[in-house]
Amino acid sequence: MDLNEKVITTHKLTKRFGDFVATNEITFDVYKGEIFGFLGANGAGKTTAMRMLCGLSTPSSGEASIAGYDIYKETEKVKAHIGYMSQKFSLYEDLTVMENIRLFGGIYGMSNAYIKSKSEALIQQLGMEKEVKKLVGSLPLGWKQKLAFSVAVFHEPKIVFLDEPTGGVDPITRRQFWDLIYEAADRGITIFVTTHYMDEAEYCNRISMMVDGYIKALDSPTRLKQQYSAETMDEVFFELARGAQRKGD
Amino acid sequence: MPAVELQSISKTYNNGELKAVNEVSFSVKKGELFGLIGPDGAGKTSIFRILTTLLLPEQGQASVVGYDVVKDYKEIRKKVGYMPGKFSLYQDLSVQENLEFFATVFGTTIEANYDLIRDIYIQIEPFRHRRAGKLSGGMKQKLALCCALIHRPEVLLLDEPTTGVDTVSRKEFWEMLKRLKQEGITILVSTPYMDEATLCERIALIETGNILSIDTPEGIIRQFPKLLYAIKAARMSQLLRDIRQYPEVDSCHAFGEFHHITFRQNEDALAKLLGHLQNLQHQGLEIKAITPTIEDCFINLLAKA
Repeated sequence: MDLNEKVITTHKLTKRFGDFVATNEITFDVYKGEIFGFLGANGAGKTTAMRMLCGLSTPSSGEASIAGYDIYKETEKVKAHIGYMSQKFSLYEDLTVMENIRLFGGIYGMSNAYIKSKSEALIQQLGMEKEVKKLVGSLPLGWKQKLAFSVAVFHEPKIVFLDEPTGGVDPITRRQFWDLIYEAADRGITIFVTTHYMDEAEYCNRISMMVDGYIKALDSPTRLKQQYSAETMDEVFFELARGAQRKGD
Repeated sequence: MPAVELQSISKTYNNGELKAVNEVSFSVKKGELFGLIGPDGAGKTSIFRILTTLLLPEQGQASVVGYDVVKDYKEIRKKVGYMPGKFSLYQDLSVQENLEFFATVFGTTIEANYDLIRDIYIQIEPFRHRRAGKLSGGMKQKLALCCALIHRPEVLLLDEPTTGVDTVSRKEFWEMLKRLKQEGITILVSTPYMDEATLCERIALIETGNILSIDTPEGIIRQFPKLLYAIKAARMSQLLRDIRQYPEVDSCHAFGEFHHITFRQNEDALAKLLGHLQNLQHQGLEIKAITPTIEDCFINLLAKA
């Protein structure tokens, strides 16, 4: 993690839907190569915040810059410099492994030569030589998720947004997935991740905790546990989220 | 007579290519809270669909409250309450309309069984005129549970009721299950969250169609074959790599704040490893012997399988 370079900065970032304030004046910075856990109860406003940070939703007020680009005026540049992966939509199931890599590489403007050399290295790293020509839909979930992550960082983005990447994945694959996250962070890619697994919160450099649209706490897991006199991040989460008024999705 | 019984149940998809459920046998006692614990693709949903008579098994036999899932499907449908993993109520009916609909289908009324659902229903009652499709995740879950209970089933089958739900709602949901158990209802519940296993009386750990172990959570933990240690240091990902490379280490997995380690059969392996890590300049080393969690047991069984 490089404390000299901020890749995400927000200042009083807000999104309103009519009278409803989904995300309420959130202010924080994320550093290069940091693993930043973005936690919160259902309905706290995480998805809305993430959509703004990815350049998919225009804020109502406040400021933010992603990889140095303004999220009002430079949304296309924001999109080109980030990667995104979620549990729900990851890859095209009816394309093969290699077709998916070529498709996403192409969308991010990579040259054919780059795609060819990098995809070979990637396939080897994942140990998927035999699966290259298989449809992604036929792969086990754990492999899909590892492939989806690798595709999300294929263009070496500054930041990768991971929305519950390990939901439902078996405990061993879940840990292999985190190995990939650590490697990417060591390469300088910033990881912005949401999860419902509190042990995974411990793997983050810092955690922000959203409740009812606000960031209620933001610190390292160790300091959060001290602050809330808690043994585990689960207790910290429970303490913070218990009083939540909103119980949305 | 067990409330639920499966004997060598198998189910395949794609013309036998995918073995979803592979000779699975277990039984759930009357009044028991039994957990089916495993990741996506373990076969949990197929088992629920067989027990609810929505899917025919290819091999084996299964019964619910004594009725055969193939021959007596009509009887079983009256006796079980089912909450599928995917929200399956009518999105364009209101909360109250959904509940009335399910009560009517089962030939009863909300009033007749209101005592059973009251504690849960009062939490969503303020929204009784809202369409089900417009409810939040936590409220949908509560409505689905009410609809599954409205005919006072003998057996409640809950397929991943807490998936995608935050910690606070998950805790509330398990509290509701405990109360239902006190009413004498048998509950078979599945979850991918290993930490929920200890809330069940007995559990089956399941993976890619195979049962890895069946016991009480305490029993499964007792069967863990080795001493388990938790270790931490300042640089956790480097620590993980260094420990894994050490020859006398049998397994090392990240577990939140700590890494969990088991050793091969050597008595002084722990002291030697600590010396090795100190030589590698690891700062802030802390190690302690710990009791395994269900997730440790699952990983151990998975590695052996």
